[in-house]
This record gives sequence, structure tokens and C-alpha cells, in this order.
Amino acid sequence: MQIKVTINEKMMELEAPYDEFLMDTLRRYGFLSVKKGCNTGSCGLCTVWLDGKPVLSCSVLSVRVNGRNITTIEGVQKEAREFADFLVKEGADQCGFCSPGFIMTVLAMKRELSNPTEEDIIHYLTGNLCRCTGYQGQLRAIKKYLGVV
Amino acid sequence: MRIVNQPISKIDGMDITTGKPVYTDDLAHGHELAVKILRSPYAFARIKAINLEKASRIPGVECILTYQDVPKTRFTMAGQSYPEPSPYDRLILDEYVRYVGDEVAIIAAVDEKAAEKAMKLIKVEYEILEPVLDFEKAIGHPSVVHPEGDVTVNMDIGMDKTKNIASSCKIEVGDVEAELKNSDVVVEGTYYTQAQAHAMMETYRALTYFDHNGRLTIVSSTQIPFHVRRIVARALQIPMGRVRVIKPRIGGGFGGKQTASVEVFPALVTLKTGKPAKIIYDRRETFACTTSRHAMRITVRLGADKEGNIKAIDMQALSDTGAYGEHAPTVFAVAGYKTLPLYGKARAVRYMGHAVYTNKMPAGALRGYGVTQGTFALESAINELAAKLQMDPAELREKNIIREGDAHPVLGETPEGKPVVLASSALDRCIKRGKELIGWGEKYPRKVVSDTKVRAVGMAITMQGSGIAGIDTASAVIKLNDDGFYTLLLGSTDMGTGSDTTMAQIAAEVLETTMDKIIVHAADTDISPYDTGSYASSTAYVTGNAVIKAAEDMKKKIIEAGAKLFGVDSEEIEFDGEFVRAINKHQSLSLDEMARRLISGEGKLQLVGTGTFGGDTSPPPFIAGFAEVEVDTETGKIDVIEYVAVVDCGTMINPNLVRIQVEGGLVQGIGMAMYEDVKYSERGKMQTDTFMQYKIPCRKDIGKITVDFEPSYEPTGPFGAKSVGEVVINTPSPAIAHAVYNAVGVNIRNLPITPEKVIMGIMEKK
Amino acid sequence: MFTIQDYVVPGTLEEAYRILTAKRNNTILGGCGFLRLGSQRIGTAIDLTNLNLNFIEEYDQVIEIGAMTTFRDLETSPLLKGYFNGLLPQAVKHIVGVQLRNIVTVGGTVYSRYGFSDLITALLSLEAEVELFKTGRVSLENFLENASEKDILVKVIIPKTAKKAVFNSMRNSQSDYAIVNVAVSKEGDRWLLVAGARPHRAKIARKASLFLANSSLSSEDIEHAANLAISELTFGSNMRASQKYRETVCKVLLKRAIGEVLACK
Ligand SMILES: Cc1cc2nc3c(=O)[nH]c(=O)nc-3n(C[C@H](O)[C@H](O)[C@H](O)COP(=O)(O)OP(=O)(O)OC[C@H]3O[C@@H](n4cnc5c(N)ncnc54)[C@H](O)[C@@H]3O)c2cc1C
Ligand code: FES
Ligand code: FES
Repeated sequence: MQIKVTINEKMMELEAPYDEFLMDTLRRYGFLSVKKGCNTGSCGLCTVWLDGKPVLSCSVLSVRVNGRNITTIEGVQKEAREFADFLVKEGADQCGFCSPGFIMTVLAMKRELSNPTEEDIIHYLTGNLCRCTGYQGQLRAIKKYLGVV
Repeated sequence: MRIVNQPISKIDGMDITTGKPVYTDDLAHGHELAVKILRSPYAFARIKAINLEKASRIPGVECILTYQDVPKTRFTMAGQSYPEPSPYDRLILDEYVRYVGDEVAIIAAVDEKAAEKAMKLIKVEYEILEPVLDFEKAIGHPSVVHPEGDVTVNMDIGMDKTKNIASSCKIEVGDVEAELKNSDVVVEGTYYTQAQAHAMMETYRALTYFDHNGRLTIVSSTQIPFHVRRIVARALQIPMGRVRVIKPRIGGGFGGKQTASVEVFPALVTLKTGKPAKIIYDRRETFACTTSRHAMRITVRLGADKEGNIKAIDMQALSDTGAYGEHAPTVFAVAGYKTLPLYGKARAVRYMGHAVYTNKMPAGALRGYGVTQGTFALESAINELAAKLQMDPAELREKNIIREGDAHPVLGETPEGKPVVLASSALDRCIKRGKELIGWGEKYPRKVVSDTKVRAVGMAITMQGSGIAGIDTASAVIKLNDDGFYTLLLGSTDMGTGSDTTMAQIAAEVLETTMDKIIVHAADTDISPYDTGSYASSTAYVTGNAVIKAAEDMKKKIIEAGAKLFGVDSEEIEFDGEFVRAINKHQSLSLDEMARRLISGEGKLQLVGTGTFGGDTSPPPFIAGFAEVEVDTETGKIDVIEYVAVVDCGTMINPNLVRIQVEGGLVQGIGMAMYEDVKYSERGKMQTDTFMQYKIPCRKDIGKITVDFEPSYEPTGPFGAKSVGEVVINTPSPAIAHAVYNAVGVNIRNLPITPEKVIMGIMEKK
Repeated sequence: MFTIQDYVVPGTLEEAYRILTAKRNNTILGGCGFLRLGSQRIGTAIDLTNLNLNFIEEYDQVIEIGAMTTFRDLETSPLLKGYFNGLLPQAVKHIVGVQLRNIVTVGGTVYSRYGFSDLITALLSLEAEVELFKTGRVSLENFLENASEKDILVKVIIPKTAKKAVFNSMRNSQSDYAIVNVAVSKEGDRWLLVAGARPHRAKIARKASLFLANSSLSSEDIEHAANLAISELTFGSNMRASQKYRETVCKVLLKRAIGEVLACK
């Protein structure tokens, strides 16, 4: 089915079979930042924004985003790099495979929560698994980025 | 030091985190054949017939390969230096299938849908055989997992496959039985460690194609490009010179990618069809059709006198290697080699037993590589000994641990036949510091918080190695480019650890230059110098030493070239990283200018520095780990309040990256201790093949993690460094088990430590 | 593999129902969180997006939650935080992560009667009703117990009572499914003790609830009520836990939840 979607603020017409999920469509159209870690809705690697809200692109049917707004990390590079700088300075960028989805969730959190506590941060990010870092360095980076202690 | 020991940001950090297309699948052009694998639904069976008629008529199907289409030479997928200790016990496809998920047929088609459609239409007739599922019943089981006659080994690994024994091992010093008899106190316990999954976020994948020279090129998410080249060449029976392996960025490995689990399948397809091919394992295949940690049973007996002087350590082990023997003999042996020396004061030590074949997914390399298993058993037994002696377990350790300067035969032998001396250790300081950080004095053993909550602390210590002594080698090549910057060529494989960055730091330090002047290239077997790969905690130590040599070689060559340009002797030349100066002539030349002149018609000289290193010893890093837990005495729920690890990994080449290695490894260790468990159904099908059923720790599961360092200086290490990548996973299981014991008096000897086991233990006590 | 042959976005419930019942493999799409994990071969996939079923609304007597409301909406709803001590937000907030909760729906969950469901356990303790397009309004308890023909869940209706309520669950890893979950509510003398993920579907422990209502709420009474609940409900074993462990923990969670309800202001 042909769908019209705004991706990273650009209108696009995409062709997607009814049973294709957004992650696969996005990768097919070259948004290669979107990673698949599990395909069961458990890992958060595939996180993109749908109308500004973080969702699992592995679990959203592409045909359902017809007429809506998608943001991938390619579309928020400036902001992503600002945060990535904190992450990298902590050494908390390991294999990086989980990072695009993780950063998209962090940036969504920044928009959604004001003055989050450590507990709020952890709660918001629980759906993002990372096997490399042990999460601590990521947390340090977020706190510095948000300026909370 | 200007650059080494500094918290320098990873050179690839900004780009990999912000989504640049740099991983294997990102490099595919999208027109590769999709490779899918039909897998056995049975734990053990012989294929009687395969009917491909309907399947091959599906439009888009390029080829379907069965055991009749593959070379008949057995090989191992284990990534180890040749000659591999792992037995050559597999074919790409075999007439026998030995576990649920074992490969039956390879299907290649224009897209996944066609391949999957064809897969469903393949008709296989099986003769179902009685599987060996319980590894404790494998030896002498009526079923023989490898009945075929053509399994070969490169060396005597104690295989007796008619009894399902893949390998056997015995390490013995002194008379253990006699020392146990003379001990005032003896404790004995049998400990079980479960199979653990690597659960790296990027699943296994590879793409293959013929290049412009007709050579088979493999782009793979691997830790072992050079071993993959050799393994694939053997499996496909083609010369190694016809294979090229490229490693792009890797989304995690943890030892999983030290086994060439997937490369042979698309490689065979490309060989047969001439077309590019791509295989991407989904999460299910990654869990159920590759490798896991070897599950082990280890019975430990410890003997000590009343004062707590340990006299004897005996460890009898059994390891489940599953259907194939990848890493079976080595993981098994290392569980003894890297635990027995910990308590250097013991007069007699022994470690022995077998790795056995079963009809389950093969085991393989996983961070810790047997030491994790051995450490859980030994450290748990030490804690039980302390309880029996009514002695503080920290004190018991302080009394018995090996110290810097002590010799131990299990550490190895010098060329003169003497036991190797431990050249660096701050383990004693690690224990001391860890006790302070966790508040051992106030908290040991327990504090009752409420009617239903008890807090307690527990501890464990561990060691590992740094590379494999006498076997693994690494080389580095440094090239001076025409603008005065360098290319550092490596065959090691940064899988997220940041080793490309630490290697660049070492080179920059030696060459007295800045990080931006070092370009790292790794790895491509056509270009990179040989390196066994990033495993066995080798890269910082082995490759790091090679980089020092290469950088020193480069420096020497710069000086020699400068001497030639200035027409003076080398002794009269000074090089400070930026300028080459002739001391007496007051002449100087900037490096970039010199580089330009050297490669021009004037100089006709490409400067290349090389270095190769292989360790004569494998210097152990050490950790003292401390857990504080809160146990709910009614539900058994365990909350890790804090985990403290104090680490001696020698000099930290990059303190930030080392810290993250430790934190990440501890959390993976906490996962093993409490949540992770590879489970099989009664018929041998893996049940934990998704992240819904196999739980790795999430952010809420881990409590506070405190990491500190007590560095020693390792004289053979690069700038005094030792390894850190693996040792970090070993202490959480025994330390948390110990804390649980101190909280509620229940010894959990069977991992993982679940609330259910705690409650059942409490109920039994009552 | 999960496949879809055709896809429609109907403009009315009537149309959606007609398509749903036209063919056996025609299927309603919730958030697809679970649907996609199966290997269902869907004929026509029916997307309810345009039916305005994403709402949480307050009326005089009831609160209504539309079938397409996501778990994240439940979690962050100020209205729901204000009722029943925030029971519903509490019940869903442990489920995986924000991104999944932004997708999965109340309709998909309740209609599927999942045994592990946290939401269903909580809703039972509030004596919720469900409105199905064809069948009409039935109590959730009734709905859970009786298999029904294909229908569309339109909304969940919660009586606006003064119930105090507490949800509690036992999970090993915090983002795992519950080994057992409980919800306890109290309005005046009326108690409801509910347990789910046993691993069977959530159920109200009627005898235990009644006993508690007529008791003096001493610690012995609470203990006895929890014991009654364990004996009247059935428990089973699966990969996550044994029957025995579930019984043990369920009893503890119920006792604690009763205590917490009593402590509620
Ligand atoms: C990784 C993961 C972990 C989870 N963990 C938990 C957990 O810990 N606790 C918990 O309670 N839940 C958990 N869930 C389940 C989740 O909360 C939802 O219950 C589940 O995903 C179903 O909701 P959905 O909207 O995705 O429905 P879908 O998957 O879209 O649909 C499920 C079924 O309901 C049908 N359906 C959908 N909407 C309607 C309707 N309005 N009327 C009639 N039929 C309908 C569909 O046809 C389908 O058969 C988990 C889910 C995932 C993917
Ligand atoms: S790939 Fe979408 S949650 Fe894991
Ligand atoms: S950095 Fe590797 S999974 Fe997070």
C-alpha cells in the first residue's frame, strides 16, 4: 500500500506491504540508524518517534503511520550529538548498537518530563536494554546532560 | 603519560551512537540473496530423506543445499589459533542432526519471503533417535552423540566419543588426598552454573560476495576475522588465499562472535551460485542456534587447619558442551587454571573432569570462559569454609591469597622449568579497599531491617589472564602518511570495548603525537596484520604490546630517515613527535614536511613500522567483589542494594573505558547470578529464545554499582597494563550467593539465585 | 510468520463488525504488540484508529476507557491517578517500557483475557464492565469466564466508587511478566481480593473477600483470608515459577495489599 508520511520533516511517499512493520520499511528506505535487537517488543533498539512520542518501530505496522509524523535520529542530529557528547565523555558508548534507540528515548524524555528524579529517569528508560555498559555510565551522562544531580 | 591513562573519548563514539550506517547489515546493498536455514525439530535424529521438489519450484529460490551438497571435511567453528584444541566434529550440514535447531538445509532466495515459503515446503524424513539431554547422564549413555568415524583432533584432548566425552583434563600439584586427610576442617559442596546467553544486541550476521578478483569476501560481525578466514577455507575446502574477511563495527560480542557460527552458510551459497548472499540470524536463532556458556557442575573439597590455612583444593568438574565441541577442552581447563592459583598458600591443588557431548545447543566462548564457572564454585566453597571455621571470609582470604612475587606452578612454567612468579598483584589492596567501600565492618554479616527484610553482605575474589601464553599473537603496522599523520593497522576487533581507541592512545603516546594524528584501521584480512582476534582478554595486553613495538619501530625509522635527509648519523637526530632535528646542525624539519619529502621522488621511502607480540605469560588481573543485598524473607525477592568491585588491571590505558568495562561486566554477572537461565523443554527444545523469556538485567534490576581501582604495575604489560574485559563477570554470582546466605542462612549452589530457590531453602530449614 | 492480506480502516463500528465477522481470519488490530508475535495469517486487518476509541472519560457514575487507549495514557492520566489510589497507573507502569506502553491497548489486552495481565487483575478489583459491540455490556468477571463469539471490545466501564485499592506484583526481573499479581479493593465493608498470573487468568477470590468483609480485620483474620484465597483459587507451574511458589507469594502479596489498603487514607 502506498502511504504518505512525514519523515524527519520531509514528506515522503512510501510503498509498504500491509504486514510490514515500520522498522523494516524505514530501513528499506535508507534510515539505517533504526536497529532491530529483538523483534518482540522487548529491547527498545528500534525506538523512533511517532507524532513526537517514542514508540517501538518493530511493533507499529507501516500502513498505520499513513498521514503521520515520524522522527528518526537522522532527523535530530544536532540534538543527538549534543547528548552523544556527554555519553562519549563517560565512555558509555560501547558497541553503539543500542544507542540510536536509546538516544531517541532520552530526547523524548527530555521533552516529556521536567526535572526528572533519578528514579523517573530510570523508569522512563527501562524499555531500553543495553548489554554493554551496565547502564551506570549512561545514567551519569544523562544527569550531566539534563543538569540534574 | 600524556595520552595513556587518560579518559580519552572513543574515536568512533560520536558516529556509532548517532546512527551512522557502519554495521554489517548497513553495508549490504540490498540485493543479496537472503539465506535462511531449515532446522531440526528433534534433539537427535538421522535424516533419511529430504524432498526439495515443491520447495525448489517457489519463484525466486536460487538454491537449496542439504548435507549431500557440502564438503565432507569436518571442522570446528571455534575461533582459536591453529592447531585448534577444539575437535573437528562438524560439517556444514550433516546427515545427523544433534540438537533442536541444528542445520538441516540452507535456502537462498531473492528475498526472505520466498526463502521462508520454500523452507516450509521442504519435506524431511527423520529417523528419530533417543537424545542425551541430561549432561550428568551423558557419560556412558546408550546414545552416542557423535557416532561418525571421521571426527578428528589436533592434539590429545582426552576425547572418548563412544562415551560422549568430548575432552578430559587433569591439573594436579601435590597430594590432594593426603592434604585433605591432614586438614582439621574439610568442606565439600557441589555447585551448578547454568548456560548463559551472550545476548549481544546485534545478532549474528554476515554477507558474502565474490570481489573483482574472484575471491570470496565475507563481511562479518566477528571477533576473529583471521580465524574465520581459516575456518571457512577449511569448511569449504578452498585455499585460504581465496578468502577475505572484513569486520566492520560490531554490535557486541562477549565471546559469542569468537565462534564462526554463521559465516559458512552464506559463503557456501556464494560459492555455489556466484551471487552475493546475506544471512541475518533473528533473535530466536541467536539464542537457540549458536552457542551459550558451558553449563557446569563442580564439586569442590577444601581442607584447612583450624587457623584457616588452606591446605588443599580439589575441584571435580563436568561441563556440558552440547552437540559440538566448540571451545570444550579450553573452557574446561581454564576453569581450573585461573582459579587454583588464587589461594597460593594451598599445598595441594587439583582440578579434573570432562566436557561431555549432549543433544543441546553447543556451548562456546563467553566472557569469563570457564573462570566464571570455576569462580562460582571455588568462591562459594571458600565462603562455606569461612562459615565452618567461624572466621571472617575476608580474613580467610587475606590469609591465603597469592601475592605479588609468589610463584605458582599452575600459573605456568618458565623456560627453566620453574613455576611462574606472579609479577603484579594488588589483590590484597583490592580486598581492603572493597571492605571499606561496602562498609564490611558494620554490615557483615547481616542487619535485620524489618519483620520481612534482611540486609546482608557477601564477597568473592577472582583472577583471569591476559591473552593466551605461548599461543596467541598480535601484530600491528604503522604507516606514516604524506601529511605527517599515521595509519595504525590492526587485526584486533573492537566490539564496542574501545580497543581501537586504546590502541591509538598507545601509538600516540609512543610517537609523542596527538590522537587526531592516528587513524585506526581494523580489520580486513587482506590489509590488517595478523591478530588472533579480540578474545581471551588479549587485546590490551597482546595487541597493546605489538602496538608499542610497531610505534617504536616507526620512531626509529623516522629518525633514520631524518638522518639520511640531513646527512648525519642517527645518533645525532632528535624526534619529539612534531619535529625531526639534527642536534648539532641546528636544522629541523616538521614531520609533515618530512613525510611529504620521503614519499616523493626525493625520498622514495614509505615508512612502515611493524611489531608482533605474543605473551610468554598471561598476567592475571584481579577483582575483589562485594555485594549488599536485601532479601524479602517471605517472597525470597533479592534486591541488590550495592555492588562494589575493586579492580587491579594494572595501568588503566583509558580509565573511562575501563570503568565501563567493569560496570558492564558486573551487570552481566548480576544477570547470570539472578535472572538469566537458558532453559530447555523435556524434549530438548530451548524455551528461552526471546528477550521476553530470557531476561537480561534492565535498568531497575541492578542497584548501585561502585567501581574502584587499585592498580598494580605489570612489568610485561603495555605501560604496565593487564586485561580487564573478562575478569569483571566472575564475582557477582558467588558474592550475591554469599550475601543471600548471610541474610537468610540458605546456600544456593545452583545458579541462578532466584526468589523461589531462596524461599524453598528457607522453608526447608524450618 | 504473521501475514496480512488486506487492511481496512472502517469509519463505523458497524462496518468494523461486519468485516470482522465476514471471514474467520479477519482480525481487529489493537496495538499489535502481541498479535505480531504469533504466526496468524490475517485475512483483513481491521484498524479501529478512526473510531475515536482512544479516550479516558469521567461521567457521573462511571469512568470509561476506550479500547484504543494506550497503557501510557492510563499511566499518565491525571484522572486515573486521582481515583482508587492510582491503581490503574500503578498496574501498568511495570510493563516493559514507555515505548511499548505507547503502543499496546486496553482493548487488545482485555479482549484477549491474558492470564499474565496486570491490567485485568486491577480492573477486576474495581468491578469493571466491558462493552462489546455485539454482546453489549457485561461484567468483566463474566466476560473472563465465558468464552464468547467474535466481537469488538469498545470500552471498559469502571463504576466511580470510593474504593481504595492496591495493586502488587512479584517479578524477578522488574521488566519481566509477573510471577503472580494481586489487586485488593475496599469500599466500606466490601472487600475484593483478586489474583492473576497464577499463571491462569485473574479471578476474584470470593470466599476470602466475603470472609474479610465480615471479619474484625485482625492480623489473624487477614492471614486467614489470604489462606482462603489460596485454597479457593487454582495455581499452576510454568517456566517462571512452580505452583507452590506462586501460592506462597500470592498469599504474601494479598496480605500486604490488604494491609496497604487499610493504611490508605
Ligand atoms: C514484550 C512484551 C512484554 C509484555 N509484558 C507484559 C506484562 O508484564 N504484563 C502485562 O500485563 N502485559 C504485558 N504485555 C502485554 C501487553 O500489555 C498487551 O496486553 C498486549 O500487547 C496486547 O495488547 P495490544 O494492544 O498489543 O493487542 P494486539 O496484539 O493488537 O491484539 C491482541 C488480540 O486482541 C485482539 N483485539 C485487539 N483489540 C481488540 C478490540 N478492541 N476488540 C476485540 N479484539 C481486539 C486482536 O485481534 C488480537 O487477537 C507484554 C507485551 C509485550 C509485547
Ligand atoms: S526490536 Fe523493537 S523492541 Fe526490540
Ligand atoms: S552499547 Fe552495546 S548494547 Fe548498549
